[in-house]
Amino acid sequence: MTGEPEPSSAGAQQALALYVHWPFCLSKCPYCDFNSHVRESVDQARWRGALLRELDHFAALLPRATVNSIFFGGGTPSLMPPETAAAVIDGAAARWTLATDAEITLEANPTSTEAARLEDFRTAGVNRVSLGVQALDDDALKFLGRGHDVAEARQAVALAQRIMPRSSFDLIYARPGQTVGAWRDELSEALSFADNHLSLYQLTIEKGTPFWRQARDGAFALPDDDTGRALYDLTQEIMEAAGFAAYEVSNHGRGGDACRHNLAYWRYDDYVGIGPGAHGRIAPAGEGRQATRQHAAPESWLAAVERAGHGTAETRSLDPDEQAREMLMMGLRLAEGVSEARLKGRTGCEPDRVLDRDGLTRLVEAGYLERRDGRLRATAAGRPLLNSLLIELLV
Amino acid sequence: MTDLARIRNVAIIAHIDHGKSTLADRLIERCGGLQKREMTSQVLDSMELERERGITIKAQTVRLAYRGSDGSDHVVNLVDTPGHVDFSYEVSRSLAACEGSLLVVDATQGVEAQTLANAYQAVDHDHEIVPVLNKMDLASAEPDRVKQQIEDVIGIDASGALEVSAKTGQGIETVLDALIARLPPPAGDADAPLTALLVDSWYDPYLGVVILVRVVHGRLTPRTKIRMMASGAEHEVERVGVFTPKKTLVDSLGPGEIGFITAAIKDVADCEVGDTITAVRRPAAEALPGFRPSVPVVFCGLFPVDSNDYERLRESLAKLRLNDSSFHYDAESSPALGFGFRCGFLGLLHLEIVQERLEREFGLDLVATAPSVVYRVTLTDGQELSLHNPADMPDPSRIRRIDEPWIHATILVPDEHLGGVLALCEEKRGEQLDLTYAGNRAMVIYRLPLNEVVFDFYDRLKSVSRGYASFDYRLEDYLESDLVKLAIMINGEPVDALALIAHRSQAERRGRALCVRLKELIPRQLFKIAIQAAIGGKIIARETVSPLRKDVLAKCYGGDVTRKRKLLEKQKKGKKRMRQIGNVEIPQEAFLAALKMGES
Repeated sequence: MTGEPEPSSAGAQQALALYVHWPFCLSKCPYCDFNSHVRESVDQARWRGALLRELDHFAALLPRATVNSIFFGGGTPSLMPPETAAAVIDGAAARWTLATDAEITLEANPTSTEAARLEDFRTAGVNRVSLGVQALDDDALKFLGRGHDVAEARQAVALAQRIMPRSSFDLIYARPGQTVGAWRDELSEALSFADNHLSLYQLTIEKGTPFWRQARDGAFALPDDDTGRALYDLTQEIMEAAGFAAYEVSNHGRGGDACRHNLAYWRYDDYVGIGPGAHGRIAPAGEGRQATRQHAAPESWLAAVERAGHGTAETRSLDPDEQAREMLMMGLRLAEGVSEARLKGRTGCEPDRVLDRDGLTRLVEAGYLERRDGRLRATAAGRPLLNSLLIELLV
Repeated sequence: MTDLARIRNVAIIAHIDHGKSTLADRLIERCGGLQKREMTSQVLDSMELERERGITIKAQTVRLAYRGSDGSDHVVNLVDTPGHVDFSYEVSRSLAACEGSLLVVDATQGVEAQTLANAYQAVDHDHEIVPVLNKMDLASAEPDRVKQQIEDVIGIDASGALEVSAKTGQGIETVLDALIARLPPPAGDADAPLTALLVDSWYDPYLGVVILVRVVHGRLTPRTKIRMMASGAEHEVERVGVFTPKKTLVDSLGPGEIGFITAAIKDVADCEVGDTITAVRRPAAEALPGFRPSVPVVFCGLFPVDSNDYERLRESLAKLRLNDSSFHYDAESSPALGFGFRCGFLGLLHLEIVQERLEREFGLDLVATAPSVVYRVTLTDGQELSLHNPADMPDPSRIRRIDEPWIHATILVPDEHLGGVLALCEEKRGEQLDLTYAGNRAMVIYRLPLNEVVFDFYDRLKSVSRGYASFDYRLEDYLESDLVKLAIMINGEPVDALALIAHRSQAERRGRALCVRLKELIPRQLFKIAIQAAIGGKIIARETVSPLRKDVLAKCYGGDVTRKRKLLEKQKKGKKRMRQIGNVEIPQEAFLAALKMGES
């Protein structure tokens, strides 16, 4: 795993992660509450142009930066023409310094048509792919509304591993009716062909999704919390035995592998978000850290960019306390936790200003939290309870 | 002043929902008291809540002019009575103001417990009772069966019962004619010292306290200096009037008349229901019989959900009390619930009404603790205490004896549900006094401890009888009882708001049930929660809420940190609304639901 960056001194090159949102999907998955849309057709040239114009906009705000990672997320960015990805990657390199070892990830669906284009994405500069395999069970894939089956997914994984230097895939577990035994088998099968990284998510029902309505109406029920926890514990156990470190709540890497781009979020580094609904945390020269949010609806975003040169719907300054809370919220998801010196350095906030002293004491006594060697970290027992921990911990 | 021979004073009495207020409306309309367009449904139930719940809380009166079918002109004073067992004393004062009663019985339902209780009260006041069978427009009306029931159960002659429909107006004239023909005119001496019954009083923001009076002897005129014989308060009368039902001023009220006076009185507490009003200059030698100061029977704690609302609660209680001197309140503080008030009421319904008005009219969010009756505790040193808050219970070693109030309860129930009702009364430590039948309906008389009734008796009675049982009671006497304090502890800390006083034979079962219920109501938290019930230091039940197992966002990518932070802040706010007992958060709902708990 890459090391945590040191607090940067003034005037130095800013470290930056770049997120690119491609909002289109062939169909919407019933569990997904991300900013995704189904459209008959997309004017690819306009979209490419708009993404580059947003790059211009942010490059003007942050003229001296080194981009360490680019992440194409969605939506389904593997539906994007590889030339668009190439244009954005080259565009970033032209406006900023693109680190020689920059991690450039593409989210992709494991269908045969999309897999067939991986070669072109590799040529465009992508060097890591994250496949939404989601399940190794055809019935489960149908339930999840996915457009692929297990055989197709395995072929896509194999192809990705051949073409890309690094790859990962996602699985969704704690599905309705899923037993501990079935998940053990499924995860073991996944490990038999995985590269060095896996993202393993418990199915959560988000408000406003079709799954939310179905669950509310009793069409299905998620496993109860005790089963959910048993599945989580089993996951940790199996992954650890296979040499995969749980470096984040739902992410596991072998031999130090980790998604460097996502680490930037969790470590509260600065990131630029372009494309509809993308979020950013940036610190333009002379200003404090800001939260940016782009227009979410694809057409509004496109129109705004073409009109104003950017699709930013909101820019909000974050005071030191807010930053510190955000940094703790994100950082405690990581096994490494949060360095208090770095927290102070990045946010300007003394950690104790945002920590509830009694809550902290209780959590440490209960073994959910550790505060030592200048770091605050959630223990293995505390991480699956992180929401409650944060409510207790943060002032 | 009206000629005595032309006056008829009549109270309308009925079981709840038998159409008493609708009948009153029709009578008012028939006599031209209001134009049709001025009639809102149930004119006499003036409070919003009264209208909504169909319950009359305050006695209301209207003076009607009626020309009989024989051409004679009469004045009919119609007094609508509070329609619930909690207000039986208020009913008795309304009856005392009249010479006769209209006993309204739903012809589809028949005699119910309050029909009976009210009819007996009317008999006790030597009233001429005119039975009125209402709802005759309904196909399910059974006048003959109901008449038989009136004769069998109440024991009065029902041969002259009138058949009407207040809804359609059918038979309304026969009611008025029967009143004129059958009710005796009032008696009284206009030249004797002023003697008037204080029937009811309420607060009017413009006039101050408005007093409803029935003059027995003498005359009430503006500028009369009056004295309340029980409270001793003295005031000068400002206005004298009658309700038509609009307030209409008159020169004076003489013997037999019912009307209102105002006297720039600020506090209803000066004007107790049942007091006798006389003139300061030439006072009556004797007060009218039957006055009883109002004494709260049921107590509970009321606490604002949001502690910032405490002052508002205090002001709201003060405003309510302006209009209702029968409830009492004192500041109280509870470690679990913070600052609030200990409040006393005439009964459970009265409690509910006050609580609802506070929530509705004053927009307050309240937590009410379990209702308690008033116990008489005798200490070993001979000292006597009135106890209605479990938190005030002295150490058992200092107690010589505890007495609890018992009631005399009348329950009418269809045959097929009798078994369930008897079982319920037995479970509630009842002693059966009588069991009789009228047709397919049984009438059971029980002596019951009031504390069992305030616990969950109404709900249970409703469920065992599928809503067909009717219930009425009167307080009887205090009897020694083996009572204990049941304490509830959360992680070893006693929660005063959940403590209750129970009979030893019930305490264990109730303690176990309360622990089970709390376990369901308290959400899992980061730490293990022990819920215990104890009697006198001995743990009798324990439940454990195991710690939370899983509470983390599975997927949390950079994208939208703001949304996640806001979500967290919202959850944190929600937590603030909970009550903190040690390191445990208890949602308000847990208190409410636990206190409402029914035993199964």
